[in-house]
Amino acid sequence: MSRQSVARAHQKIQELSWEPMYHEPVSHYGTDYTFRKAQKKDPLKQVLRSYFPMQEEKDHRVYGASDGAIRGNMFRQVQERWLEWQKLFLSIIPLPEISAARAMPLLFRTVPNPELHNGQAIQMIDEVRHSTIQQNLKRLYMNNYIDPAGFNSSLRNFQNDYCGTIGRQFAEGFITGDAITAASIYLTIVAETAFTNTLFVAMPAEAAANGDYLLPTVFHSVQSDESRHISNGYATLLMALADEGNHQLLERDLRYAWWNNHRVVDAAIGTFIEYGTKDRRKDRESYAEMWRRWIYDDYYRSYLVPLEKYGLVIPHDLIEEAWNQIWNKGYVHEVAQFFATGWLANYWRIDPMTDKDFEWFEHKYPGWYDRYGKWWENYNRLSTPNGHHPIVAEDVDYQYPHRCWVCMVPCLVREDMVMAEVNGQWRTYCHEACRWTDVEAFRPTYQGRETPNMGQLIGSREWETLYHGWNWADVVSDMGFVRDDGKTLVAQPHLNLDPSKMWTLDHLRRMDPLLSPNVLLNEMTDEERNAFHAAYIQGGPAGRPARTDA
Amino acid sequence: MTTATERSVPKPVFTDAEAGAKEFPDSTARRFNYYVPQKRKQTHYEDVTVEVQPDPRHYLAQGWLYGFSDGRGGYPLDWTVLKAWGSDRPEPVRGPGSGGKGYEWPAHGWHEFRDPNEEWELSLYRYNANVVRQVGQNVEAARRSKAFGQWNPNWVRFVERHVGAWMHVDHGLGLYLFANANRRAPTNMHNNAISVNSMHRIRAAQDLALYGLTLSEEIDGFDGSAHLDAWNSDPAWQGVRETAERLTAVDDWCEAVFAANVVFEPLVGELFRSHLVQHAAPRNGDFVTPTIVGAEEYDFSERDLRYTKAMFELLTADREFADHNKRILHSWLADWVPASIAAARALQPLWSQPDAKPPRFEDALDSAKSRFAGIVTDLGLETPKELAQ
Ligand SMILES: [Fe+2]
Ligand SMILES: [Fe+2]
Repeated sequence: MSRQSVARAHQKIQELSWEPMYHEPVSHYGTDYTFRKAQKKDPLKQVLRSYFPMQEEKDHRVYGASDGAIRGNMFRQVQERWLEWQKLFLSIIPLPEISAARAMPLLFRTVPNPELHNGQAIQMIDEVRHSTIQQNLKRLYMNNYIDPAGFNSSLRNFQNDYCGTIGRQFAEGFITGDAITAASIYLTIVAETAFTNTLFVAMPAEAAANGDYLLPTVFHSVQSDESRHISNGYATLLMALADEGNHQLLERDLRYAWWNNHRVVDAAIGTFIEYGTKDRRKDRESYAEMWRRWIYDDYYRSYLVPLEKYGLVIPHDLIEEAWNQIWNKGYVHEVAQFFATGWLANYWRIDPMTDKDFEWFEHKYPGWYDRYGKWWENYNRLSTPNGHHPIVAEDVDYQYPHRCWVCMVPCLVREDMVMAEVNGQWRTYCHEACRWTDVEAFRPTYQGRETPNMGQLIGSREWETLYHGWNWADVVSDMGFVRDDGKTLVAQPHLNLDPSKMWTLDHLRRMDPLLSPNVLLNEMTDEERNAFHAAYIQGGPAGRPARTDA
Repeated sequence: MTTATERSVPKPVFTDAEAGAKEFPDSTARRFNYYVPQKRKQTHYEDVTVEVQPDPRHYLAQGWLYGFSDGRGGYPLDWTVLKAWGSDRPEPVRGPGSGGKGYEWPAHGWHEFRDPNEEWELSLYRYNANVVRQVGQNVEAARRSKAFGQWNPNWVRFVERHVGAWMHVDHGLGLYLFANANRRAPTNMHNNAISVNSMHRIRAAQDLALYGLTLSEEIDGFDGSAHLDAWNSDPAWQGVRETAERLTAVDDWCEAVFAANVVFEPLVGELFRSHLVQHAAPRNGDFVTPTIVGAEEYDFSERDLRYTKAMFELLTADREFADHNKRILHSWLADWVPASIAAARALQPLWSQPDAKPPRFEDALDSAKSRFAGIVTDLGLETPKELAQ
């Protein structure tokens, strides 16, 4: 269709909507935001007559590339270091995608603008597309990559693994709680507008550098739908801003959504890009450099700041703090180190770092070796079983961290850890912003204002609690991360597939039981707990326990 | 003079990381092992759909993490009053040392549903792209052959007003019943099938609206906005409108899908599309409208009704709750059948408006009723006495 005929067609389909005369549609979801009816234009004017063939055409390209990759033996050039991390990423991402589809109806009754509902319905089906096309990619990896373990058990693993649980916020945050907080601010304004560039553009570029050009094909195709979704969010945001009474809620939700996305997405994608790559060209961008470009410049400076004039209160402090975490406090390095510490509780293999990696890290992040080098040398030394335990149970100058109750990433930047007693339970938080999210934001009142529609943090949020006192072999069996010989672990701290070099349940059987930091914390007296906290925040970087000799 | 600086690009490396290159535990374990397929072999559709939406009763060890203000997260089973076996099993309770295992997959009967249309990304875009291409070509061919010039004035009035009015039903149900319901069901298989159904309806609404746009350009005096007047104030349409609105007001997602696809569509949708428009159009020299309305008819009868039947057949044959479900489904029939028949009857004046008349209204309604009775019987339910109305 020509541009002009699309415009006329779009004009025509506005005649489809109607005001109910006899019965109001069911109202399943609540919000504390208020909207005045306003004719906000659907900025993208999508008509299904052109939409369906356009998407079909994109599919042709994706599936053509998939066939080509298999015929061209792409997997002879794929880096295992990279593809192993895809076992985690591709187990997480189909759920956020489908959750975005499920989130769209949260906006129907709460945002009274029928013209936007059309765009939201198209986003719904886009997201069904994204979810299933990503599942399909994972299936292709399972069938064609050397080690199918972890792909083959993907959706069970993801659901009971602590990394999966961290990632799951990036889905559940879209579909529950206050409808606008969830489906508009958290999903569209922050997750899609700020973070899909790192997910779907930066990460695929790294995949290509590691011999995998299918991930870029699929994810660029996914990303090409994203600009429409961003426009949906923008239109809703402008409507929300029109009502002064919403400004306080917008401020709250931007703070929560920004910080949670930073904690979750930067942890995962940062680790994949920095520790999952073999591309150590000095001129390739680091995750920090990409973040500065995509998120700080493109999102913060170009998208958010101009909204200030409409009354949007922007969390400048938390944006600077996220950068501070990434650049000065080693957030991504701390997370990667933790994932590698806990390799045995996961379902993918983590390649040790080599001298070449060390050199690149030192070049990109001066001071890296002094902080993390020794630990990674130990990781390498302990990677094949040889009478010792997995690294988590060996003395490598690393203190197993407490988990953040909110973002569920552990409290890795030790100096930032804070605690609070909530509902009779002592909780640890990775940062004051996460404490605020639990103690102040997700509550039925906010700064004295009633917020009856605000959601709740629920669930058993500390993974270790479930296995408190368990033997590690039983933990891994319970989660099902065991290969088809009944004893070899899916996860390994190296890439060697020689069965004699692989860890088995028997190796884990000899370890001391797993203990839950949170259960232990709650067994302490006030005095012990205060002393514990004082020592914890003296620890780090790189997980080093506080020096007691000083 | 040229300087040859080497471009900085990643270099391909031979890694031999392809399937079969080595033997080790799991090296041949190349199928998703977390669900049981419906048939002997796992289908492509199942692989891309099953278990994407988690359930705390089997693998979701730490439970849902974010809840509504009442503390409930995820996809509560009681968002419908119907039940599948296992629905009453409590969610596993977690605490120190509890472990993370739930019930054996599938934990309850809802997870046994499979969309017989096997809709996912690839199939849904291929299907709908074909439909819009075909519809576009039909209209274009008719325009070039000046086929619309053959229409008599009464038929022009009929199309602009009554064929046009149906787009509102499609649009309203597509958005506020089906798209809305894609957040409500307990499995990914249900919600994906429902979202595809939603797109069929929204596409059909747009097909009709854009057809109206073409007709406004091609036929002198075609009133492109007459459908609005019919929908807003023609008494013949108010029964349909009231019923459609009531359908969007239903709280229970099973009731909404059941009332729309098992009751309303066979008794009102097919009556209007197949028994009125498809029969009247050719007699009045119109061979184009049936291809557009026929596309929607095909969506419903070959795809949307098909998944709906598979969905409710499971529930009426459920090993634990068949009787419970049938009792409720019968009460829904007792409610929605009279409403739909009343809506159908209000449409009766339309049958006398074209110059060349379609077969009698009563005969059309009888056919619609017997088709409906067949669907109900296939589902293992009794035909409701209200059908005699
Ligand atoms: Fe998406
Ligand atoms: Fe946190």
